This record gives sequence, structure tokens and C-alpha cells, in this order.
Amino acid sequence: MHTKKREPFIHIMKRADMPAWKMWLIRAVAVLIAFLVSGLVCLILTKGQHFGGFYSEMIKGAFHGTRIYSLLQSWAMLLCVSLAVTPAFKMKFWNIGAEGQTLMGAFASAIVIWYLGGKVAGSLLIIIMLLVSLVFGAIWGVIPALLKAKWNTNETLFTLMMNYIATHLVLFTINQWAPDGSSKIGILKYGSFSSILGQKYIINVVIVTVLTAIVFVYLRFSKHGYELDVVGESVNTAKYVGINVKKVIIRTMILSGAICGIAGFLLVGGSPTPTLNADLVGGRGFTAILVSWLSQFNPIIMIFVTFLVVFMQRGSSQAASTFNIGDSEAFNGVIVGIFFLLVIASEFFVRYKVVIKLKKDKIKAVREGGAK
Amino acid sequence: MFLTFIHNAIRFSTVFLFGSTGETITEKSGHLNLGIPGIMCLGALGGCVGESVYLKTLADVTQVNGFAAVIIGIIFSMLFAGFGGLLYGFLTITLRCNQNVSGLAITTFGTGVTNFFISMVDKTGFIYASNAFTAYADGLNMNNWFSDLFLTYGCLVYIAIALSLVVSIVLKKTRVGLSLRAVGESPATADAAGINVEKYKYCACVLGAAIAGLGGLFYIMDYLNGSWEYSIDAMGWLAIALVIFSLWRPNWGILGSILFGALYIAPNYLNISFTYKELLKIIPFVVTIIILIITSIVNKKESQPPAALGTSYFREER
Repeated sequence: MHTKKREPFIHIMKRADMPAWKMWLIRAVAVLIAFLVSGLVCLILTKGQHFGGFYSEMIKGAFHGTRIYSLLQSWAMLLCVSLAVTPAFKMKFWNIGAEGQTLMGAFASAIVIWYLGGKVAGSLLIIIMLLVSLVFGAIWGVIPALLKAKWNTNETLFTLMMNYIATHLVLFTINQWAPDGSSKIGILKYGSFSSILGQKYIINVVIVTVLTAIVFVYLRFSKHGYELDVVGESVNTAKYVGINVKKVIIRTMILSGAICGIAGFLLVGGSPTPTLNADLVGGRGFTAILVSWLSQFNPIIMIFVTFLVVFMQRGSSQAASTFNIGDSEAFNGVIVGIFFLLVIASEFFVRYKVVIKLKKDKIKAVREGGAK
Repeated sequence: MFLTFIHNAIRFSTVFLFGSTGETITEKSGHLNLGIPGIMCLGALGGCVGESVYLKTLADVTQVNGFAAVIIGIIFSMLFAGFGGLLYGFLTITLRCNQNVSGLAITTFGTGVTNFFISMVDKTGFIYASNAFTAYADGLNMNNWFSDLFLTYGCLVYIAIALSLVVSIVLKKTRVGLSLRAVGESPATADAAGINVEKYKYCACVLGAAIAGLGGLFYIMDYLNGSWEYSIDAMGWLAIALVIFSLWRPNWGILGSILFGALYIAPNYLNISFTYKELLKIIPFVVTIIILIITSIVNKKESQPPAALGTSYFREER
């Protein structure tokens, strides 16, 4: 007797392998769609007046005149935090506390400026700032790692809570320092290493570029990098081949925290108007996680992804203020959110193959083809 | 003084309770939704949009129909938040993307959308809409400690507590709850037993998000009396922490959320300088960390997350 079987309309199967160019083509299409959707959002919000104008305003907002320097500054800062979270993520240690670790780095620099500024030579001050920032960032990163190694404490929430502790510590200190109860400490007089080559921000870009190379080499060619890769793939394999997993977790988080510390140091010392406030990091800690993941934990790809994100942020803010569509700072949150959602979704097409309504034998043929 | 403190702690705990009850449902299906902070923002935005639309239909904003205002707020809030949950579900269930990354992206998206669109919402008359949320029946205020502690809250407080009790019973005692837990523990086994894994996962993600969104609605419409403030995401993170604190049991979450509420507002009730209050605001976060550490040390079988939490399920991958 013949019974009618219902075939699923859409069939999903795992891809065996995909050429690299095809993977990047899929991601590039996702980015293009993200730009297109952003333009449509702008079109709707301006009641159908601006679509092409949105893109030209974005480019103007990002690159025009001196804006390119602040674009480079934002780019360097986001890249620095993204580099910081990468080793830990490669190890599958979900550190979402980069925000707090970076803030602690900035906090450390501000403390050094506050208590030593003017008392020691300028260059010595900057060296002390860097060292103390490194230590503060590393401490903030290593505390969750120690407990993860010892008792397998959930690191995601632990690092997250550390963010808020850092925020309130900074607010408390600012209130202590601010003489008039205004909760603002104003611009610090010392500790800025700006005005080299007449460009206020160029030194940050140089430092972060060097850092990118170092992290790339560390992850790709060093024994440490190999070990954390193995821990990330499988803790059991790592144990079997004799890697001390606890040591790797702690070491990697010290490194991650320390790079966050550098980012904090750059946020204070690398600014022509150094100051400290609780919003100094401005969500970069969270954005960096998405950037790092989208870049496949590869520092070289990260250079481009951060650039794209920063371009979208700054460009869309500018477009929003030109077209007068509400809060321009908040508008970049919408655009960057759309961008992330679409690019994350595109990963599906990299990993899976969608076959629409095929005959059973054809699916079989495709599957055999994939297995070869 | 002390009574007001407890009263406000219980009132404030509702924000956490909605968030953690919603997140518990989602996590029971094996999905760790880190988008809850963004989803709670979306819930708050939805509530504001709903009230704004409703108030526009009135000739006189002072003449608010209490029942209509509350229902419209709840429906819009759940719709907006549920949309966030659907988006998260689509990314993690159908597209099988990394849950942590998708969740963070939802948080970025949700807070971004909320911060941007809230400035476009016409908030005139929100105080009258808010009165509908905070109102309680006249006869219940007897000016004694009992009525102060138990009877004089807005309706959402009772809804939150009732909901968490219902959810914990459903999870523990019913067939649906059993299936949902099976999906979260071992989707492959559940699938083999004939449970529609994707359907359960989607329902858990959307429903969980919709419930969590009510936390945002409550915060704006009840606790802040209809004024807007950008601090919902911090509470969203605490709500996620509360899920671990309550060991994935919504009924324990009631007590946990009251504790969190008390710790959160305690600095305002102490007679100390403004500066030191900032320092005391650390306490809820430190307590959360201590609880995380204790639960990890104790490491009992009952206090573990669902076994498949954080992993995507693909039937062909065995």
C-alpha cells in the first residue's frame, strides 16, 4: 500500500567545507544588507526624504575634515578592547567584563594623575600610569578567572557584576574628589601625551597597531596561544595532552585584563583633555565582544571589522543630527544593533546549507557530494 | 520608616521578579538569553508607546480608564518584548547562532532602539496612566502594618508573584513543564520521545521575553510614576543573576527578588552622605558574586543549570 509522506519544505544540512572567498562573500552581502536596511530606516524616519543622502552624510560624518582623527581615535580604542577580549574568548571563557576592566585601567591612570601629577616628571608619570593601569585591569580580570579555575564559578555573570562594582567605585571616588559635589572632576592638568606631530590622537593609533601585531603573533605562533586554543576546543583534550588548564585560564585572563588596562590608560592619557567619568568606556566592552566574535578571533580581520563598526557609529550619528531625526547619539545604537543582528544571522549560511523542497534522492546526492 | 523600606523593597522587587521568571522559562528550554536587559528596555518602550496611543484617544487625559490603561500597557509591553524574544529565538533556534553573542546583540539592539525611540513618544498624561498602575482598592488601606506590607501595591506586583508561582507549578507538576525541562536537559532525547523541540524552544523564548518585558513596564509606569529613566539594563543583568540565585526555581525567585530589591534601594534609606551611598550601591552586585561562588562550591545536582544550556540543537548532528 502506498502512503503519502510529507516532505519538509526546507531542509537544512551542515556544510562540510566552504572556500574562504565564499564565506567572506556571504558576510559581505550581510554587511551590504545592513547598510541597505539602515538607509531604509533613515528613509522612514525622515518621512521618505533621504535615502542616498544618508550614505553621503555617513561618509561626511566619518571622514570629513578633522573628524577623521576622532574616527581614528574611536577605531583605535574599540580595536584595543576587542584585542583584549579575544584571547579569553578563544579559550571559551565568556568574559563580558571588559567594560569594567577597561574602566579600572582608566581609573588607575586617573588616580596616578590625581595624586602624583605635577610632583614627578611628565614622562615618569606616564610610565607609572601605564604600569598601574596594567595592574588594575589585570586584577579585575583575574579575580573571576581564579574562581573559575578553582570552583568553576560562572564567569559570564561574575565578570558582568564586576562591571557595576567598577562603575560605582569610580562614581564614589569622583564624588570624593569633586570639591563642590558636582560629581565631575573636570579636565586633569597632567598625564596627557598628546600633541605629537601636531596630531592629538596619532600616538594611540600607533600603540594599538603595534598591540594588534603582538596579539596576532601571540595567538598564532606562541605556545601560549596554542594552549589556549586547545582549552577552548576541548578541556578534556587539553588535560589529556598535559596542559595545565587552570594555569592557562588564569594566565589568559591576566593578559586580557592587562590589555583592557592599556585601553583604559589610552582613554585617559591618550586624550588631549584627560578626565575620568563612569561612562568613559561607553559600552565598548560589550561591542568589543561582538566584534571579536565576528572577526573569528583574528586580530587582522578585527582591524577591518572595528573600522566598519566605528564608521557606522560615527556616520549614523552625523546623519541623524543633519536630518534632525531625534537623539543622534542614540540613533547609532539602532544602526549598530541592526548591523550586528544581520551579520550574526549571516553566520548561519556559512555553516549550514539550505535546500528548498528537493526530492529525497536529490538530497541524498547533495549530502554525498558534501561528504566527499 | 522601616515599614516603608520593606514596602518599597517588595514593590521594587517586581522588576527583578518579572525578569527572572521570564529568563527562567527561557533557560529551561536550554537557551541562555543575555538579551534580557535589552528586552526589558523594549518592554518599557512598548508600554510607553501603548499608553501614549491610548492617551491620544482620550479627550481629556485626566479621565483615564484604569482597567484599559493597565491592559493596554501590558499588551503593548509584551508585544514589544516578545518581538525581541522572537528575534533572539530566530537567531539561536532556527539559525543556531552562538547564544551569548546573539543575546548581547539583542541587548545592544534593544537598548539602542529604546533610547532612540523613547524621545519620540509623547509622554503627556503619563502620570494619570501611571496612577492606574499604582492604584489599589480603597478598602484595603487600613493604615496598619498588615495592609502596608501586603495589600497596598499596584496590580503588577501581585501579577508578578502569581505568575512566578504559576510558572514554578507548571514547570514542576505538569506535562508541558516536564517536556520543557526535557528539551533543556537533552533535546535529542526529547526529540526522540516525540516532543516538538523547536516549538517548545520558540514558545519558551517568546513567552519568557514577554514576561521579562513587563519588568520594564513596571519600572517606568509603577515605580517611577510614568517618568523615564535609562537604567533598566542594569536591572536586566541582575535579573539574569537572580535566575542562578534562585537555582532555576521561580518561587524561590520571589524571595530572592525581594532581597535584591531591598539591597538595591537600601542606600536611600540610610542616613549617610551622598558619597558613601554610591559605595553602598555595590552591595547587590557583591552579594550576587558571593552567591555565584557559593553555588559553585556547593555544586549539588539540584543546583545545576539545564544540561543543554547554551548549546544549539541540530537534529542531524549526533
